Amino acid sequence: MKSITANRLKDGEAVWLDARGAWVTDARRAAVFRSDDEAAAMLETVSRQADVVVEPYAIDVTVEAGTMVPVRLRERIRARGPTVRTDLGPQAALAAVAA
Amino acid sequence: MYVYDDFDAAFVKARVAQFRDQVNRRLSGELTEEQFKPLRLMNGVYLQLHGYMLRVAIPYGVLNSAQMRMLAHVARRYDRGYGHFTTRQNIQYNWPKLVEIPDLLDDLARVEMHAIQTSGNCIRNTTADPFAGAAADEFVDPRPYAEIIRQWSSLHPEFSFLPRKFKVAITGATVDRAAIKVHDIGLKALRGADGEVGFEVFVGGGQGRTPMIAKKVRDFLPEEDLLSYLEAILRVYNLHGRRDNKYKARIKILVHETGTEELKAEIEAEWERIREGALKLPKADVARIAAFFAPAGLAERPDAASKLATERASDAGFDAWVSRNVVAHKVEGYGIATISLKAVGEIPGDASAEQMEAVADLAERFGHDDIRVTHEQNLVLPHVGLDDLKAVYDALVEAGLASANAGLISDIIACPGLDYCALANTRSIPIATRIAERFADAERQRLIGDMKIKISGCINACGHHHVGHIGILGVEKKGQEFYQITLGGSAGDETSIGAVAGRGFSEDAVIDAVEGLVDFYLTERRDAGETFLQTYRRLGPEPFKGVLYGAQ
Repeated sequence: MKSITANRLKDGEAVWLDARGAWVTDARRAAVFRSDDEAAAMLETVSRQADVVVEPYAIDVTVEAGTMVPVRLRERIRARGPTVRTDLGPQAALAAVAA
Repeated sequence: MYVYDDFDAAFVKARVAQFRDQVNRRLSGELTEEQFKPLRLMNGVYLQLHGYMLRVAIPYGVLNSAQMRMLAHVARRYDRGYGHFTTRQNIQYNWPKLVEIPDLLDDLARVEMHAIQTSGNCIRNTTADPFAGAAADEFVDPRPYAEIIRQWSSLHPEFSFLPRKFKVAITGATVDRAAIKVHDIGLKALRGADGEVGFEVFVGGGQGRTPMIAKKVRDFLPEEDLLSYLEAILRVYNLHGRRDNKYKARIKILVHETGTEELKAEIEAEWERIREGALKLPKADVARIAAFFAPAGLAERPDAASKLATERASDAGFDAWVSRNVVAHKVEGYGIATISLKAVGEIPGDASAEQMEAVADLAERFGHDDIRVTHEQNLVLPHVGLDDLKAVYDALVEAGLASANAGLISDIIACPGLDYCALANTRSIPIATRIAERFADAERQRLIGDMKIKISGCINACGHHHVGHIGILGVEKKGQEFYQITLGGSAGDETSIGAVAGRGFSEDAVIDAVEGLVDFYLTERRDAGETFLQTYRRLGPEPFKGVLYGAQ
């Protein structure tokens, strides 16, 4: 399974493509593509959005409890933020919501 | 320190305006990322895991307090309240927004700072001894020469598209605190028989995936020939350096594949052709630049040493800090104070905006407005009166910057690793913090003595693991982080590249492995004066491998 990610051009924030085709900063809302072909086709489409995001690419993901989880550690860290500064990155906003 | 002239100021301002226009054209879609990327990199803007990263140049690691305050302002206004001092004596910000970077650069320009040539295949920031102009063992202050090299190499039209990046380091003291032999060019300033300045020149050192120790090509290059000789080296490299393979493009590979003698002959031949040309350094120009780095005008402090002795006797924490973090100054009554950015549990090299401001205040009040960044990711106040050290220490305690661990096992170099870096394979910061926590007991650290642990999260070796007494290299295997240990590396004097001990360890196991090595050293050392590195060199790798993997 795949999701599509990139960095937002204007501020660099890591973003994921959601099911409506919007770029969102919450990785849990990322669209999950069941087939590689489907992901590749979508990647080609969004690669034309060069004035919105930088270097979009597809990542391997699994689904746990209905939510996308990246397979590789690199992508898990991108989705949450630095493991050494849990007050920064998307994880900080999640912690604030939970608190 | 060096002060911009009208040309410098106008040039940096114009460069910011140019980049502002480039950013606007990128945001409007006029420029593609492919077109924009080399432009942003020329201005120090990378794209990392979580966003853009801006690397700001700190020429040869020298700052004044106004500049440090500006770095704090940038951290607060444009970033998330902190910055990261790097092994190249620069600072990186991890969260700037592209749309705001032109404003950020305008702010930096107000204190004569920029981010030019902090990326790309050009001559990068020249690094230098962080104790320059202060060290008791110094023959020649390297800063004027570092500044001359900066001026020569800034936007040098011939050397803006080299086969690969190019790094120069310079020292002028007995002890090499600039790791000159692991740079593309290493320079050691010396005095000749009549007191004249010259340079011992080393070429082709470096770390990365193919670590090499630089080879000496000149015993004593006269001062006036500095730039023509550097130009000759760069020309030979630019012509013959490999452009077919990024991993074989550094000058160290050219030196290795060509042979030192043959390459040296080519350099000398090119030098003969150009040495009498425009690059000959006029004495008057050297003197004009050197005047910017005139001695700090340190007044005599006859009673300072005795006041310090009294204060040390009444405060054990202060005494420990002075023992480890303060070294002799060339002027009696003064010391060189290292401000450790390695508090236990903290990220090596990180400083908050408040901490930067605290250091700026101290430099202004007690440090002749002079601050240095070290390649070991610490800060230095190079000129502090011995009788002011207590006040400095007390303020550092307040700021959380008083760790008495300079050169000890918790004074670890670590690259940003996979927590921030797009190239990394594994994390390195958590290994550094966990080792520091394992050895948090200050008494135990002092017992172990001088120890350099250096950690890289990938083979590019930004964390200098090749020259760690204990080096740690992160490698990814089947999605898991593993850490390989190298032993016996050393930067500076008697430079050596560490040898890989064997298979890697898991994150938990590598902390235990380091502790095992340290405990073994403590039982095997001849006396408390024999360092880990000396014991390792005396015994050889086998017994240490035995500690890691059992008897083979």
